[in-house]
Amino acid sequence: MTTQSANSDLYFSTARELRAKFDAREISSVEATRAMLDRISNLEPSLNSFITVTPERAIADAEMADQRLRGAGQEPTALTGIPIMVKDNFSTKDVETTAASKILKGYIPPYDGTAVSNLKEAGAVILGKGNLDEFAMGSSNETSAFGPVHNPWDTDRVPGGSSGGAGAAVAAGECFIAFGSDTGGSIRQPAALCGVVGMKPTYGLVSRFGLLAFGSSLDQIGPLTRSVADTADALNIVSSHDHRDSTSVAAPFTDFAQDIDGGVAGMNIGVPKEYLVDGIEPGVRAAFEKSLETLEGLGANISETSLPLTDHALAVYYIIAPSEASANLSRYDGVKYGLGSLDAKTSAQATEAARGEGFGDEVKRRIFLGTYALSAGYYDAYYKKAQQVRTLIRREFTDAFLKFDALVTPTTPGVAFNIGDKTEDPFQMYLNDICTIPVNIAGLPSISIPGGMSDGLPVGLQFIGPQFGDTTVIRAAAAYERATNWHQNHPLI
Amino acid sequence: MDPLTPKDVEHIAQLAYIKLSDEESEDMRVQLTNILGHFASLSSVDTDGVEATGHTTDSNSVMRKDEPQPPLDRDDVLKNAPDRDGEFVRVRPVLE
Repeated sequence: MTTQSANSDLYFSTARELRAKFDAREISSVEATRAMLDRISNLEPSLNSFITVTPERAIADAEMADQRLRGAGQEPTALTGIPIMVKDNFSTKDVETTAASKILKGYIPPYDGTAVSNLKEAGAVILGKGNLDEFAMGSSNETSAFGPVHNPWDTDRVPGGSSGGAGAAVAAGECFIAFGSDTGGSIRQPAALCGVVGMKPTYGLVSRFGLLAFGSSLDQIGPLTRSVADTADALNIVSSHDHRDSTSVAAPFTDFAQDIDGGVAGMNIGVPKEYLVDGIEPGVRAAFEKSLETLEGLGANISETSLPLTDHALAVYYIIAPSEASANLSRYDGVKYGLGSLDAKTSAQATEAARGEGFGDEVKRRIFLGTYALSAGYYDAYYKKAQQVRTLIRREFTDAFLKFDALVTPTTPGVAFNIGDKTEDPFQMYLNDICTIPVNIAGLPSISIPGGMSDGLPVGLQFIGPQFGDTTVIRAAAAYERATNWHQNHPLI
Repeated sequence: MDPLTPKDVEHIAQLAYIKLSDEESEDMRVQLTNILGHFASLSSVDTDGVEATGHTTDSNSVMRKDEPQPPLDRDDVLKNAPDRDGEFVRVRPVLE
């Protein structure tokens, strides 16, 4: 099987390496796309990372990309011809978009979201739509109405969530880059559990237009990749100011890769002790301590710090995110699109029936939680209180960044767990996000990169930067990546 | 906090327009009570005089000129409707 081994080089190439192969005429985008489509066909029965694969569109896009790479038309970009996945909560014109919910099965958006338009304009080749927790609500990809995704490192385990399909596909070499969304860790947590790079940029840098809304003040789009450089390149393509998202920032955009070779020598990096929670697994703690030594060896000044309000972040998040979700998901009424209920006697009964049947348990739970927190008599005690504590958490980060260039923490308290292990107790599942949630509350940039192994499973290392300090976390992550080999580990699948 | 009652859950279900079976309602009551119990510690944080944060970009209302833009294709939009009559979406009776 010589072709098999030749192709495994291809499957685990970075996007930059693939682009170099395009430029050297070693392979075309059409050839690379066909190879990925074959790989997807072979692996999907064991992974389930895609909800929809679009082979004809992908080949047609790859043909266009090949022309562009050979000098016809517009100048190629870093992503021209690169086969990618987008999470199935990104609106894609004429391609079914479900958010992994029964309520949206069969929904064909009449428009592309802005991130998708930016990717298409850049010439990226979209292979299909990634599986996720229903409406991005979950930390294990087990709430998908299209079945769970399996972790390529051990298919009995979860890939993390909610961008579980994205994490699994990048780790298994089913695509070169996947785009996800991160409301409380939904890019970084699956990146950590699947052993790839994942970044949530500063809130407002990537337009949310066309991203099916979950928690609007927290949601942010970002990439999952096999290298930090690919993450920077991907962010350069998807970030843009957009008049269709009034929270998209108008600030001038820098090159996300501008400081990538800067190193960490002399950088002040804080370790917030509250992130090393009691429940942290010994293997994760050991990997983290080793990573701190690596960073010190590279010349970083590492010191412990304290962010005491971290202990309240989970409560703040699980009030604010469900409150926003309960409002955002009120649009799914089964009238203009999605699952309808045609036998009901009245319009109100039709809506109640469609939502009762169309939403899964976790989505219902969050809508109920949010509806309760916003309801008369409870608003001040829950929603307003959470928003006030949110202000204090932001301030605590702002103060920390007077002393530190970046913070470093484990991405998750544990490695990938077994499918079914945490579905009985919703609150236990919520604890998976304890290290990632505070970042969304404060709207900060944060990256998770491969930072060790524990019992044969990947461990994530998370850098957090100040608002708009995206290039700083990329710089720190790239320095760590150059000094370690973790990113070169791939699952045997 | 006091546990939620079945009546509380029924009230939330009405507000949220979601029909639950009896079994789902009871599970929801137990789980919400448990989750809300974990939030009780928030009341210990002193937030006197602290402004609420709605989102983190510090921008206020963003205005644009009221200029017509090309609309979405009507047929593309309507083809998603569960029940359609020509160029209209058909709904169940609003008044009983």
